[in-house]
Amino acid sequence: MNKLDLFSDHHLVRQSLAAVIEIAEAFKLEKGRMPVLMEVCGSHTMAFARSGIKQRLMDHVKLIAGPGCPVCVTDQKSIDAMIQLADEPDTILCTFGDMMRVPGSASTLMKAKTEGKDIRVVYSPLESVKIAQQHPDKEVIFLGIGFETTIPILALAIREAEKMELHNFTIWMTTKLVEPVLRELLDAGEVKVDGFLLPGHVSVVLGKTSYDFLMKEYQVPGVISGFEPVQLLTGMYKLIDLLHNQKVDILNDYTHVVKEHGNAVARELLHTYFEFGDEAWRGMNVIPKSGLVLKDQYARFDAKKKFNVAVKEPRKVKCRCGEIIRGLINPEECVLFNKGCTPVHPIGPCMVSSEGTCAAHYQYMREE
Amino acid sequence: MAQRISMAHGEGGELTHELIKNVFMKYFHNQTHARLDAAILPWNSNEIVMTTDSYVVKPIFFPGGDIGKLAITGTVNDLAVSGAKPVAITAGFIIEEGFSIRDLKEIVKSMALEAEHAGVQIIAGDTKVVERGSADGVFINTTGIGQLFEQRLEPDAITEGDTVIISGPVGEHGVAIMSARKELGLITDMTSDCASLHHFIEEVVTNVKGVRVMRDPTRGGLATTLVELCEDFRFDLELEESWIPVPDAVHGACDILGFDPLYLANEGKVVFIVEAEQAKKMMEVIKSHPLGASAQVIGRVKSCDNASGKLYLKTPIGTTRRLFRLSGMLLPRIC
Ligand code: SF4
Ligand code: SF4
Repeated sequence: MNKLDLFSDHHLVRQSLAAVIEIAEAFKLEKGRMPVLMEVCGSHTMAFARSGIKQRLMDHVKLIAGPGCPVCVTDQKSIDAMIQLADEPDTILCTFGDMMRVPGSASTLMKAKTEGKDIRVVYSPLESVKIAQQHPDKEVIFLGIGFETTIPILALAIREAEKMELHNFTIWMTTKLVEPVLRELLDAGEVKVDGFLLPGHVSVVLGKTSYDFLMKEYQVPGVISGFEPVQLLTGMYKLIDLLHNQKVDILNDYTHVVKEHGNAVARELLHTYFEFGDEAWRGMNVIPKSGLVLKDQYARFDAKKKFNVAVKEPRKVKCRCGEIIRGLINPEECVLFNKGCTPVHPIGPCMVSSEGTCAAHYQYMREE
Repeated sequence: MAQRISMAHGEGGELTHELIKNVFMKYFHNQTHARLDAAILPWNSNEIVMTTDSYVVKPIFFPGGDIGKLAITGTVNDLAVSGAKPVAITAGFIIEEGFSIRDLKEIVKSMALEAEHAGVQIIAGDTKVVERGSADGVFINTTGIGQLFEQRLEPDAITEGDTVIISGPVGEHGVAIMSARKELGLITDMTSDCASLHHFIEEVVTNVKGVRVMRDPTRGGLATTLVELCEDFRFDLELEESWIPVPDAVHGACDILGFDPLYLANEGKVVFIVEAEQAKKMMEVIKSHPLGASAQVIGRVKSCDNASGKLYLKTPIGTTRRLFRLSGMLLPRIC
């Protein structure tokens, strides 16, 4: 049996599930309510829905999807700006696929592409550097969205562009950091969570210690978890076990990839090219120092400095993505869910992104 | 002969003739049928099955095949899963100006080879050349004609308990195409499962009674194909997730990219729905053929009367959720 089989193995999954239910029930007996856990990562949200774990645990654990999807947390104004960027003359806009159908106030990148704008889906920012090299007569702009997982690759792209002495490559930085948004959520106190299931990939870069603030400053425990059903369940078990025993700790349940202090090389890369910057989050206003922006000495790679896009105030829509990513409502509570808003005709990013909460509910938790 | 396709290759003159002679006729060499503008075929019309499909795969060459092979296998398989033996195929080419004639030859050769394996004749064709930029290398349309097998399918006889069988693991073509694009930073040596299935299918269908219906889960993958089948014939189906064979490389690629293997394309697989009593025998027959060596029973028909055509998936943790058509996920164009 290989590792993948092991993680999704039948019996193991069922055993772990039974264990989670047992400990959740014990918690319930004591507290008179279900434990409330937030999964921060969008891939966890998807995996919970896809595996059926969320549906199965409905009566035992309250699972709330947090602000972990990089597409969903992108502010509407940023999205409008990105779409507008495509209007710049002689540009090639490169983006991750998920952004293509995200609705801006008036258009989408997909629509702009069908109107003849040169917009290309790439799987890595490094590809866009190559494109810039092949098209010296064009401006190549990469739409840099993402969390700590993606940002090191953005840094790599800049390093490449630097080496190649490219003058036609820039990144439109609108990256997000996990810590500031968790602080924001906890400080706002709108959503009450007992503990966090912490994202696997982000932690590879950051390391376990980066979450110490949760336990030290907020007395909230967390467990770093992998993505396979068994991993999700053992992560949950450990988290509820902490809660049940009234222990506040940060545990690493993804030890074969996440190290105590993360990936020093990746962090070093980040610090070479970027510094903290204020970022606007969907539904949450600007959170100070919640993103990374290019340092001044790399301004030539900064699309925000090179191109002047003025965007109007975004059009107001009934989309409740802002509340979704703050963990305040379930997708089904949005009147547009599966009515005006579907993956084919999305109103908000949460329905288009492959890590979006509404998309997860639409794809995996809907009956009709 | 020229090295590259020029607009003149599509004008119908000397160069067109040269192209037909040196590329198409050279490999497709069909003397009997290709003398007139249309091919005259010898059968009774109620036995004839016909299908058409266009192939626009990118990249044109991928591990395990190329657009030419795909154009033949795709059409052969469409006929085979409709219960017919493929007999003749026509091929229409839309070629972009500047396309390399060497590559075209490669493609045509592999079509000819695949057609020979499959025992079908390429009997007519068409070539158009379009200006640089108005197509992506080469597009191929194939139309296939087939003759019904003696053993007929019985989709109307589908009943509760009928067994669903897949001839092998899912997702290989999808992953092979994605990694061939090298865009993904995916390092897998997965080859496409692209293959003509009709000899295999004919063997199964003639040796086992009770085959209700078949489909090849190409674009949209196993899930979309089965949703369509459920809707077309009005029955509800339940799959067991843990029974569905998914290779590790497909699993891994899906994990990285956020795709679902049930929605990845296959080009050499077939799903059968068969009467429950015949399922065991059927598995023996399927497994004894190389194309079906890793076949699996993956589910069963849940209900027929008053069914509304839904597909369900039982997850390893014991919950059941509904599967829908591929929607919203942005898959790279693969076929
Ligand atoms: S980048 Fe990785 S860790 Fe972060 S939300 Fe996406 S899947 Fe989760
Ligand atoms: S269902 Fe659509 S409109 Fe409603 S919150 Fe989700 S994405 Fe926004």
